[in-house]
Formats: sequence, C-alpha cells, structure tokens
Amino acid sequence: MQTPFGKETYLYWYELMLLLRRFEEKAGQLYGMQKIRGFCHLYIGQEAVAAGLMTAINDNDNIITAYRDHGLAIAKGIPAKECMAELYGKATGCTKGKGGSMHFFSKEKRFFGGHGIVGGQIGLGAGIAFAEQYQDTSNVTFCFFGDGAARQGMLHETFNMAVLWQLPVVFICENNHYAMGTSVERTSKVLDIYRLADAYDMPGDSVDGMSCEEVHKAIDRAARRAREKGGPTFLEIKTYRYKGHSMSDPAKYRTKEEVEEYKEQDPINHVLKTITDNQWATEAEIEAINEKIRQEVEESVKFAEESPWPDVSEVYKDIYVDQNYPYIVD
Amino acid sequence: MRTIAFRQALREAMEEEMRRDPNVFLMGEEVAQYNGAYKVSQGMLDEFGAKRIIDTPIAELGFAAIGVGAASNGLRPIVEFMTWNFAVLALDQILNHAAKMLSMSGGQFSCPIVFRGPNGSAGQLGAQHSQAFENWYANIPGIKVVSVSNPYDAKGLLKSAIRDADPVVFMESEVMYGDMGEVPEEEYLIPIGKADIKRAGTDVTIVSYNKMMKVALGAAEELAKDGISAEVIDLRTIRPLDWQTIVESVKKTNRLVIVEEQWPMASISSEISYRVQKEAFDYLDAPIRRITSADTNMHYAPTLVAAYLPDVPRTVSLVKEVMYMKK
Repeated sequence: MQTPFGKETYLYWYELMLLLRRFEEKAGQLYGMQKIRGFCHLYIGQEAVAAGLMTAINDNDNIITAYRDHGLAIAKGIPAKECMAELYGKATGCTKGKGGSMHFFSKEKRFFGGHGIVGGQIGLGAGIAFAEQYQDTSNVTFCFFGDGAARQGMLHETFNMAVLWQLPVVFICENNHYAMGTSVERTSKVLDIYRLADAYDMPGDSVDGMSCEEVHKAIDRAARRAREKGGPTFLEIKTYRYKGHSMSDPAKYRTKEEVEEYKEQDPINHVLKTITDNQWATEAEIEAINEKIRQEVEESVKFAEESPWPDVSEVYKDIYVDQNYPYIVD
Repeated sequence: MRTIAFRQALREAMEEEMRRDPNVFLMGEEVAQYNGAYKVSQGMLDEFGAKRIIDTPIAELGFAAIGVGAASNGLRPIVEFMTWNFAVLALDQILNHAAKMLSMSGGQFSCPIVFRGPNGSAGQLGAQHSQAFENWYANIPGIKVVSVSNPYDAKGLLKSAIRDADPVVFMESEVMYGDMGEVPEEEYLIPIGKADIKRAGTDVTIVSYNKMMKVALGAAEELAKDGISAEVIDLRTIRPLDWQTIVESVKKTNRLVIVEEQWPMASISSEISYRVQKEAFDYLDAPIRRITSADTNMHYAPTLVAAYLPDVPRTVSLVKEVMYMKK
C-alpha cells in the first residue's frame, strides 16, 4: 500500500491508539468494579481523531474539548498514570482529584480541559485563540465538541465572531452520530454538520474519522490556514464510539450491525495492517509495543491504587487564587 | 478635590489599568465606535485602538465565553454587559466556566476577568430591564461581587477588580452614571471585601449598597431631624461579605435595617440577618428588618415603579418601628 506517511508515523499512530484503547478498556473495567465513579465517557472507536491530530500539530498548540476527554488528554501528553489517578479521584491525578473523568486539564501540555456543559467550550476555544492572536504568537487552538453541541447557540455565536476576527482556531466536530441517544437525523434537517460553516463564510470540510491519514491531512490544512493568519476552519470528523454514551448507557438506540460495520473499519487494525504490509515491523516488534502498552496501563492502575486521597483541607483550595478569601463556614 | 461623573471614574479606572498592563482589554456591545451605550468608554477607542477596545455582536453568551477563554490563556479581559439583565444569557459562562476554571483544573488555570455593567432598575423600563442580580452572583463560589454607589468607590474598586486574579462581577447603575463625586487626581485602590461606613451614628444601623445607598442616606438625613442618629454602611463588596463591619456597628446601635433592591427571597439581607443573629444575638434590641423590591415583577406605570422600589419614607418609618417610636 502506497502512503505519503512513513514508518515512524504509523508506528507512532499504532502505539498511541493502542494506549488510548487499552486505557479506556481498563477504565471501563474499573468502572464496573466501582473503582471509578461519577460519569465516565469512553473514547473507544474515536482514536484515529486523536492520532491524526497529534501528527499534524505543534507542542505549543492548544486543545480544548468536552467531557469525552481521556483520549485527547493522553494524546496531548498528560501521562496515563495521572489520568488514571484522576479517574480514581486521587491527589496525584492530573487535576488533583478535583476534576474527575470529565475535567482533565494540563497547563504544561496546553490542554485546556475537559468541559461538562455541552457546547460551552466552543466559545472558550475561540477565546484561547483570541489570546494567542492578541499576543501575536503562531499557536493554533483546536476546539473539539460533539455532534450534539453543534445544535447549541454557542456554536453559532462563536463561529460568527471567530470568522469576523479571523481567530487562529480550528473547530472540530467529532461526529459520532449520536448526541447521547439521539441520532443526528433526529435533531436537524442539516445532516452535513460541516455545512453550518457556510452560514458564517468559514471554510468547512467533512473528514473520515476512522482514518488517521485523512484526519491528519485535514487538520494539517486547517492548522496551516490558522497559522498563516487565514482564520478559522470547521472540520466535521465522522467517527464512531463503540461503547455507549457513558458507562450507564446500553446503547439500545442503534443496531449491532451498525456497530460491527464501524468496527470493521477499526483504525488500529487498519494502521497495523499498513505496518505489516510494508514490513515496517516484525511480529516480535509489534508484540513488544503491545507489551509496553499493557505495562503502561497496568502501571497507571498501580499508581492510582497506591496514591493518596486528597486531604480534606483541599475543599477550600483552588476556589480562588486569593489565598485569604474568607469563606463562609457556618 | 476635583469632582467628576461616575462614568468618568469608571473610565479612568479602565484607562489607567490598560496603560499599566497591556493584557487588559475591553469588549462588549457598543463599547468602541459608539463610545459606550452609557458613554462609560467614551474616547477609549481613540487612545487604545480597535485591538483593545472591541465592539462585539449582540451575543452575550459567545463574547463572555471568548473573554473567559482569553482569561484562561493569559489575558485580563473587561467584559461589559449593556445591562446585567442581558448577562443572564451569559450566566453559563460566569457560573459554569469562569467560576469553576481554577478548581476544575486543580489550580492550574485561573480566570482573571471582570464582568461589568449597570444593574437594577432605571426608571420605567418594564419587567425585563429592571432586575437586580447581586444575590444571584453572590451565591457562586469562585467569583467576587462588587456593587458600587459613588464615583470614588467605583474607581478604586474597579481598579482592584481589574488587578484581581479571580473573576469579578462588577455592578453599576444606569441612573448613577451622571452622578458627580469627589475623586482625587492621584492613583488609589480600594480593596475588595471591605464595607464602608458612609455616615456614623449611634441609634440604628442601616446597611445598603449600589443606588439604594441614596435611600439609606436620605432616610438617615430625615431621621436626624427627629433626633435619631443612624449609622449607614455601604457594603461595596457583596461577595465576600464584610459582615464584621455590620456586626461591630450593630453591637453599638443594637438595631439593624437593611435596604436593598433585591427580591426578598434568598436576598443579601437574608444572609446578613443570619450572620447578625448568629454573631450578635445578645446585642439586638429589636428584630432585624428590611426593605427590598416588591416580591413581584416590575411594571411600567410610574405609580407601580414607585410602589415596587424601596424609598426614603418607608425606610424612615421602618427605622422608627425598630426604635419602637411607632406602633
């Protein structure tokens, strides 16, 4: 198979996607064991979006997303063990046990969260990009949301201003076809979500989200446009989550056949096939990667298990930067 | 000392802070080319240019979010709402995003932003333009709430709000923008979280804030004619509430009347009453009383507006009740 991408890229994609897949499988298992509580939304099936993104962007670029945030957070560089500890609610988690599954953050990795109000982060993403433009940097902000968020007023208000002010932001709708249990078809007459960009004179494109290659190419084009002061782009990346909306969702609103159809296009299998077809790695080398990932996930669980809970004094910390804020305590 | 208008005091605060810190900028509806719906930002576009004085579309949710996002990424936005009535559309950004950014991120991302604009009623504006929101925002951990009554406090507190590392809700009033007051030429700041005794007295404590301070001070003036010495406290900051200043005053006067423009249920007076009964129970010689806006929607007719809002005669009458001077 001919590909413009080389061996390193494919091996990177394989390793990253396998980490996201195995991390989420483990998270789902631990949720069942009640080690992880709260709401928990898994990224399984959508890994090619994170993989294609990461090879197309720079370290200094910003990411913000919704509550299905584990995959993008790990991809952007938050260590798996800090993510697992956060799912446990431990003090060593990426937000010290204060955010949980839906609110992963890392200032160091320029990961602006995990946000829980559908569509709320669309405007925040434009604001993060506004700050980059104001400071005259060349950093691009990648602002993720789901197909459900595309129905919020926030999207329309933000698109309008982002184009008006030519903000260096790439809006990415991870269209996994279901807003919780409600299909795209049941919420809008406009099924091609990327066409919403037309109303604001913003370039928009539809992307195959089961393909790392296609995701990379589309994001690369959009990132270049933003970096060269060409303004925002809207990408609708068509992807699929194999699991329910959250851990409590049996996903009865879709057929087994539909799920199987997407699993046949599984991006990890696809990338692995490209690697083996091109003889970029031996069976032993692939097995070594698999083992490395297995260990990384196991170590993340061990780290989370052995980490301490946050001290109860943390209740009154990180609410204000102001250390002398006089809380009402009785 | 020189005398300037309320709107000029606010403008000077923003101008001085923008000269001091290049990361401060102003955005909102009509703030730039139109020079501000109430002329608060008059002339600022000329000095600071379109990069820092930014007209927005009528999209409160969207531009509030852009402000919050920019604040989380290193800038210090001042977001002007034409009125806090319209800011209800942006409440999700203030409550769910600005107020929670620091805690959700485990202390990594702060949100130094000021949301400001006129609050409360302003004549016969009808139900949707006449609401006072201090208690709504005062309920939210993660933000600070300032509500000012005169040009001097407005300037000193707005400068502090802009420098604050946390999100600040800053409330003004349409009917006070033309008020004149003494403001020194030299720079000063007023700390957030400190109430101010605007008139010292010994017989009764009257607590108020924002434009209801006119009612409180007017009532104190009337009461003085009857030989009643009222101490009038201007809260200035609603969250955090400087209850110590109130309690100290009540320990001296033994009586408390609160005048506010909130609706009565779960208002600022509710919280003050709780705090004073807890901290100064044995000092009270009469029940704590209050005058709020009517527990209704604001209507249009002038008679109904007058009946809805607190006023001097009713405040005087209530003070006399807690003084047991009338039945």
